[in-house]
Amino acid sequence: MHIVVCIKQVPDSAQIRVHPVTNTIMRQGVPTILNPYDLFALEAALRLRDQIGAEVSVLTMGPPMAEDTLRKALGFGADRAVLLTDRAFAGSDTLATSYALSQAIKRMGEEWGEPAIVFTGKQTIDGDTAQVGPGIARRLRLNQVTYVSAVTEIDPAAGTISLQRRAEGGVQEITTRLPALITMLEASNEVRRGSLPEALRAARAKVEVWNAAQAGIADMTKCGLRGSPTVVKRVFAPPARAVSAEKIDTTTNQSDDIAEALIAGIYARQPALEGELLRMAAGY
Amino acid sequence: MSEATPARQAGRAGMKKELPEHFKAYRHVWVFIEYEHGAIHPVSLELLGEGRKLADKLGVELGGVLLGADREALAAATVEVSEYGADVVYVVADPILQHYRNEPFTHAVTDLVNTYKPEILLLGATVLGRDLAGAVATTLLTGLTADCTELAIDDERSLAATRPTFGGSLLCTIHTLNYRPQMATVRPRVLPMPARQSGRIGRVIERALDMREDDIVTKVLRFLPDRDSQKSQLAYADIVVAGGLGMRSPENLQLVRALADVLGGDWGGSRPLVQKGWMPADRQIGQTGKTIRPKLYIAAGISGAIQHRVGVEGADLIVAINTDPNAPIFDFAHLGVVADATEILPALTEAFRKRLSVNRLAG
Repeated sequence: MHIVVCIKQVPDSAQIRVHPVTNTIMRQGVPTILNPYDLFALEAALRLRDQIGAEVSVLTMGPPMAEDTLRKALGFGADRAVLLTDRAFAGSDTLATSYALSQAIKRMGEEWGEPAIVFTGKQTIDGDTAQVGPGIARRLRLNQVTYVSAVTEIDPAAGTISLQRRAEGGVQEITTRLPALITMLEASNEVRRGSLPEALRAARAKVEVWNAAQAGIADMTKCGLRGSPTVVKRVFAPPARAVSAEKIDTTTNQSDDIAEALIAGIYARQPALEGELLRMAAGY
Repeated sequence: MSEATPARQAGRAGMKKELPEHFKAYRHVWVFIEYEHGAIHPVSLELLGEGRKLADKLGVELGGVLLGADREALAAATVEVSEYGADVVYVVADPILQHYRNEPFTHAVTDLVNTYKPEILLLGATVLGRDLAGAVATTLLTGLTADCTELAIDDERSLAATRPTFGGSLLCTIHTLNYRPQMATVRPRVLPMPARQSGRIGRVIERALDMREDDIVTKVLRFLPDRDSQKSQLAYADIVVAGGLGMRSPENLQLVRALADVLGGDWGGSRPLVQKGWMPADRQIGQTGKTIRPKLYIAAGISGAIQHRVGVEGADLIVAINTDPNAPIFDFAHLGVVADATEILPALTEAFRKRLSVNRLAG
C-alpha cells in the first residue's frame, strides 16, 4: 500500500515581525518549521505502515529550501520524499496549490503505486485556510474526511477504513472507501522521535525534486498567479483605535489601589455590568 | 496543507479583465445555513445579518441554502431563516442529508449554485463549513477566502474579503474578480447576531437531491455528542479573562481562572500558551481559536498580536494588563494598566470578591 503525506514548510509564526514603518513582513531570519499539524498526519501514516505494511511518501510544494522540511520527515521515518518546486507556482492560491499537488500525487502514483490514502494536517499555521486538503480530494476524486481524530480500523483487502472525526458538537464515527484524503486533527497522536539510523538515512537520502513538467503538469494556466481566482488587493496593519487605552496611573499606587481604580473604570464604561455582577453573585 | 503565502499585489494584469460573459448572469447573495440536530448554527444567523447588508448594497436578494433530512423540521427552520433576513430559502430535503457528509452536501450545494447562480456564497468557518466550502469551491473552480473578519462591497460590485494573513500578523483584502460565485467563510462570533424580525416572510424554492444512498460510500455509524458543554461556552460568555505569556508560568493561569470564577465568566489564553502546552487548544482565543464577544474582556499579560486582536475586537470593553507600555494590546484596549499581571490579577480578584460578597450578605 502506498500512502502520501502532504506537508508544508511554514515560518515559525510566533517569530514573525512586522516592520513598524512600512508594514511589511520582516522575513530575514525568521526560522521555518514543518507545519505542526502535518506532524500528526505523518505519524498517522507511519502508524498504518507499522500496522499493515505500507510505503510512506512525503510531498511538499515550495521553494528549494523546503527540502529541509522533507529531510525532517524522512528523519521521522518516511520512505521517500518529493519536492515540487517551480517558479511557475509562485503566487498560487489554494485552488492553484491543490491543482499542482494533485498532479504531483498522480505522478507519484504512476511511479510508486496509486496511493490508498493521502494524509495532511487539518490546516497550516501560516495560511490557516484548511482548503488545500479538500481541494486535492475533489480533484483526485478521493473520499474526503477532514478533522480526523483517530483511524480506528483499516481493511486494505476490502478497501475500507473506519475513522473518528470532529464534527459540530460531537464526534462522528464513519466508514468510507479507499482511496481517501484524510486531514488529521491536532493531538490525534503522539509524534514519534526519529531513531538515529533513520536520522542518518534521512541525511543521505535522495529527495526527488520535480518541476512542473516533471510532475506531469501540462496546463500551466492552472498554476501560480494565472491559476488563482483570488487576488490580494491590499495588505495592511489594522489601525489603532482613535482613542487609545486610558491607562490607570501606577506610579504611586499599590496593587490594591490599582485594582480599585480598574473596577471604577470598568463600571464607569459599562454601568450595567455592576448590577449584573451583583445579581450573579447574589444568585450563588 | 494550506494556501501559499499570498504575495500578490495590486496592479497585476488579471485584475483588469472584465468578468467573463457567462458569469454576468450571477446575481444575489447566498448564505449556507448550517442545520444539524434540529437546530441552526448561530454562525448562519450571523451571516444572514451580514449577507442582508451586502445584498442591500448590491440591490439584490438574500438567499439561504437549507439542507436536511426531515421536511417538516426544515419548515420551522425555513421560517427562522426568513425572519433573520432571507428573501428566498432554497431547501433540499432528503434522508441522505440526515448527518453531514461531504459528498452529498457538496453535490447539493454545487447543484443549487449551478442552477440559480448566486454571485456571493458565504459559509460559517466551522468544521462543517470548512469541510464543505473547500470541496464546493474546488468543484466550481472559484475563489474562496477563509476566516474573514470583514466583508464589504467595493465600487465595482466586487466582494472585498478581509482576513488575517502571515500567521495573523497583518490583514489582507482578497477579491475573486473573474470567477463566480465569490466564496468566503467567517468564524462564529466575528459578526454580531442580527435581530429576528418575527413575521417576515420569504419565498421557498425546493429542489430534489439527485442521489441514491447506495452511491455514497461514506457512512456515518454513530454521532457521539460532546459531554463537556463547557467547551462551547467560551465563545458565548459575557465575561472572559485570558492570560498570555506575561503570566510567566502555567501555574499562574490559576490567577486567570480565579478572577473568571469570581466574575462568573469563562477563561482562556493566547496562542503561545497552547503551543507551549500550558492549556488545551479549545481555550485559545484569537483567529485560530475562539472568537469572543463578551461585555467585558480582561487580557492579562497578552501583547495583542493581530491574530489575537481579531478574536476579541467584538468585546464591549477590553481591559489590558501588560508590563510593556508599547504592547499592541493598548492600541485596541479601552482601559489599561502597565503592570505585572501576576500582581494585579490577585488584587483585582480580591477587590471584586469583596464587593460582590458584601452584596450577598446584604441581600
